[in-house]
Amino acid sequence: MKYRIAFVAMLALVMQPASAQNKPATAKKGAKPPAAAPAEQKDAATLEFEKFRTQMEQEGNPAELFEVKGEEFWKTKRGPKNVSLAESCDLGLGIGVVKGAYVQMPRYFADAGKVMDAERRIVWCMVEKQGFKFDDLAKKPFASGEYTPEQTSLVTYVAGQSKDMKIAIPLKDPHVKDVYEIGKEIVAYRAGPYDFSCNTCHGADGKRIRMQNLPNITTAKGSLTAVLGWPGYRMTGGVMLTPQWRMGDCFRQQRFPQPKYASDTITALLTYMTANANGQMYKGLGIKR
Amino acid sequence: MADPMKIRAQLKGDVAEIRVLMGHAMETGQRKDAAGKTIPPHFIQSMTVEVGGKKVVDGQVGTSVSRNPVFGFKVKGAKAGDKVVVSWVDNKGDKRTDEVAVA
Repeated sequence: MKYRIAFVAMLALVMQPASAQNKPATAKKGAKPPAAAPAEQKDAATLEFEKFRTQMEQEGNPAELFEVKGEEFWKTKRGPKNVSLAESCDLGLGIGVVKGAYVQMPRYFADAGKVMDAERRIVWCMVEKQGFKFDDLAKKPFASGEYTPEQTSLVTYVAGQSKDMKIAIPLKDPHVKDVYEIGKEIVAYRAGPYDFSCNTCHGADGKRIRMQNLPNITTAKGSLTAVLGWPGYRMTGGVMLTPQWRMGDCFRQQRFPQPKYASDTITALLTYMTANANGQMYKGLGIKR
Repeated sequence: MADPMKIRAQLKGDVAEIRVLMGHAMETGQRKDAAGKTIPPHFIQSMTVEVGGKKVVDGQVGTSVSRNPVFGFKVKGAKAGDKVVVSWVDNKGDKRTDEVAVA
């Protein structure tokens, strides 16, 4: 169908060069909608996934269980220094403020001298304020099977507190802008045994792997899809996973060496992706197949 | 030990829609770990739901139910403010009770 319309439009151009010159708008009109179609068109599989997701979100996303746990971790006095994060940790909006903090991270933290994403900041607070050892936290930083690290629940809680708020990464801050640019470069960096970059699959509309549609993270809409998924509960294995995990897994799939936990690389990627989604609504915790 | 449940109870007309999220491993006893050893079964065996002091569900749950399960019920004749009490007991004798008021 789309080829036929394009073909007809081309024919029109060939056969009537004079009138086509006079009316370039008409010729373009005929060709444009089909060209945009692959991004808009939703196949049956996508629709089923969406149906499943809305149903799970309404009926109870198991991610909420981790939200409850995270809240407890946030509010109780813990760690060698016996302080709570609620009375010591600043997520950018003041000590202990969680409402709306998630949609404004990654951001620059002067006390740490670094741009940090939510999980990295929480880990920083756990180390600096509560006295946990970073190496202990980084030993098994992501959920597997029955085990869920404390920081995962904490990220889930903090993210849940920004439900239905607009994403607003402070790109005006030169520190954040720098990191954003680094992220942009990483996304375009081609290497590894298969010689491809993030952009190879996520830099254009209408790409897919098997039945999975791939979001174009260079666009506002596509990056929002990516941001909305994590932190999310993954039905396969029943585990709660964070954006940090997702980014690391991207490197694994790319056959790259995986970056260290809570590293600059991951923050840069998250800054790039989240800032591309600026101005749009964060709908709360995700649920994945 | 047992993790808290998340319960929602909303009144629609005179029907209360109750949704319960339980945090539980729900191990079937059929899986093996990385070392090839069988992971012992650990699952919720029975659950009850009370609305306004009246038992409305007394059920048995088995290993075919997923990890961190979600249950939904519709209860007729509930009123706003009625207390919804959900409890479960697993095969190791671990239990948990949580409650919420119908909104």
